[in-house]
Amino acid sequence: MDKVIIAKEISLSYSNNETIINKANISIDSGSFVFITGASGSGKSTLLKSFYGALRPHQGSLIVGGVELKKVSAKKLNFLRRHIGIVFQDYKLVKEWTIEKNIMLPLIINGYDKSVTKAQVDTLLKHVRLKHQLGKYPRELSGGEQQRVAMARALAHNPIMILADEPTGNLDDYSSQLIWNLLEGAHAQLKTTVIVVTHHIPASFNVDYKHFHIEYGSINAVN
Amino acid sequence: MRSIKNHLSLVIALLSILFSMQIFIIVDRSLEAYKENLVSNYSVIIVSQKRLIRDEILGINTIISDMKELEPNNVVERLNSGMDKKNIEFLKLTLPKFYKLSLAHYPTPREIERLTRDLMNNPLIVKVENFSHMHDITYKLLLLFKAVVSVFAISIFIVTSLLIFKELKIWQFKHTERMNIMGLFGAPVWLRSAVLFRLAIVDALISSGLAFGLFDYLSSNLFILEQFLNIGISVVIFNPIDDFILLLSVSLALSILLASLIVLGHKEEV
Ligand SMILES: Nc1ncnc2c1ncn2[C@@H]1O[C@H](COP(=O)(O)OP(=O)(O)OP(=O)(O)O)[C@@H](O)[C@H]1O
Ligand SMILES: [Mg+2]
Repeated sequence: MDKVIIAKEISLSYSNNETIINKANISIDSGSFVFITGASGSGKSTLLKSFYGALRPHQGSLIVGGVELKKVSAKKLNFLRRHIGIVFQDYKLVKEWTIEKNIMLPLIINGYDKSVTKAQVDTLLKHVRLKHQLGKYPRELSGGEQQRVAMARALAHNPIMILADEPTGNLDDYSSQLIWNLLEGAHAQLKTTVIVVTHHIPASFNVDYKHFHIEYGSINAVN
Repeated sequence: MRSIKNHLSLVIALLSILFSMQIFIIVDRSLEAYKENLVSNYSVIIVSQKRLIRDEILGINTIISDMKELEPNNVVERLNSGMDKKNIEFLKLTLPKFYKLSLAHYPTPREIERLTRDLMNNPLIVKVENFSHMHDITYKLLLLFKAVVSVFAISIFIVTSLLIFKELKIWQFKHTERMNIMGLFGAPVWLRSAVLFRLAIVDALISSGLAFGLFDYLSSNLFILEQFLNIGISVVIFNPIDDFILLLSVSLALSILLASLIVLGHKEEV
């Protein structure tokens, strides 16, 4: 099976040089559904950052979508990122843009047609039950609503891989279920690789998934 | 409302820069006009035993723009006030030819000195009266005025630099987040900075438009025109084509420079 991510002996740290991930290995099959768990501060978000090239490993080799990220050019990285959909733990919505424009962002970057863009945003807003909020700005939305906007944005351009950092962290059971359904849908219909960082793997989850656990700087396969 | 607030800070900074720049231009123009006023009232008188040829004298020093012969009696009368008694006696005795030289521009003391020397080198010329004492006083005043204007210009430069620098910080803060997010979704640099450059250009257009309106109004303001008339000079306060082009290019250059600095200084944060 094709691997969308192959990490060999990667070490990750921030500028203060404290090693967060230490010579860890992980490989992820293309089209698979993956959960990553671990205690708070164990390095889950840090690992995701390395997957989208925001944090370069200072050791080992990290290949994402066939691109070695340790020494990737800005141009290549941009190209790779255009095929990834990210839900950030802190959402990272553009404050001065409406909800609608925020969701449009990946579509604009990928050069989609205006009419396609409009239709796609419409569908997504319906899916995350925010149709009535499209003209509002992020600060006018609740935390959970902002999280759903971030989810819609990550799905907008039908990426080949979705990286979601605690996408249900702020949501009630009903809204959480919406998110899981969306991720399952993308996985089932578009063969999107889905990587989710979470504290709770939903009990009633009927997709074949891989589970990794981060502890003491290493990544361990649970199943 | 939101969009107005977005533009306001840079527009105000740019407008104040354009305003001080145009004021400086007006002051500089007044100074030039005043100098022209002075040069038309200033002349050098030369005395010679024989008739002089105009073209020959004009060839002595490039600063000489014209030469006119004076009626001897007129000359003696006119010089009575500003000249030594001894010289007047001398003039009356010899009754030579008098010529008035006009100058191309208001001379510096050194230029007067040079001119006097050059003229005296001509064997036909026996006397050069340059009124250097009176000239010195006005020239010193002019220098003082120029110094004041330069101090004014330098302080404006410092203040506006601080303004621009502060604006740069604000912009960096305001735009980095969005540029960062766009980068995380793979937007190329030009797209990330497109909003910034559009804003910069729009703000430059708005502020030069406002400056145009302001100075267009001022240049037809009767009170201001009267002030210039009182000094006895006529100054173009605002040339709607040349000056506007200058205002526009300065504000465009500044805001584009500002935006480029931000784009170049932008680094993805982790
Ligand atoms: N930008 C940063 N600069 C320096 N250190 C950081 C930065 N971000 C995170 N860290 C440190 O890296 C470690 C791992 O952080 P990370 O965000 O990956 O944890 P996490 O597993 O996602 O935790 P949580 O479940 O709370 O989100 C923490 O000790 C944190 O202090
Ligand atoms: Mg985290």
